[in-house]
Amino acid sequence: MSFALNLLSVTAISAGLIFFLAGTLGLLRFPDTLSRLHALTKADNVGLGLVVIGLLPLADNMLAGLKLVVVWVLVQLSGATVGQLIAQSIRRFGQTG
Amino acid sequence: MPDFLLTAAVFILFTVAIGLVRILYGPCDADRAMAAQLFGSGGIATLLLVASATRAPGVEDVAMGLALLAAFASVAFVSSIATAGPEGADGE
Repeated sequence: MSFALNLLSVTAISAGLIFFLAGTLGLLRFPDTLSRLHALTKADNVGLGLVVIGLLPLADNMLAGLKLVVVWVLVQLSGATVGQLIAQSIRRFGQTG
Repeated sequence: MPDFLLTAAVFILFTVAIGLVRILYGPCDADRAMAAQLFGSGGIATLLLVASATRAPGVEDVAMGLALLAAFASVAFVSSIATAGPEGADGE
């Protein structure tokens, strides 16, 4: 059981690392601002979510696990809001600002 | 397991630090704000991994504070664009 949980942790965290790497590469390599925003939000939401899923089996108690989930939900909400706000400001003011 | 977690934390910090090149090159302020936001979420992931690896108390609370501050930073950026316009917001 412990081995299976460790395997789940390593798999999920490794997948999260791949998403963070992809987000960084997209932020550096994509041609325009809106597609860079698209790459960034993937790294934010999925990468951090996978890292949190990987850390959940390692949490000491219920409260520590709940705290991890709360951090992820907070980032999820703020990431969704900020993504929309930045995209709206790009649409309204162009990409020159 | 702590070794793996610390390695993952260093890897995330490394990729996010490379992403900060976008702050240098722009070309527009929204790109810079996005790089800073990536640093925010990458920093949160790093802190959570370090907290789990070292068992140091309170590090998750720091991650939570960073999540709050990253959200405020981006909202402040967008509201400064909205009030000052793109010309006034670049600080030049």
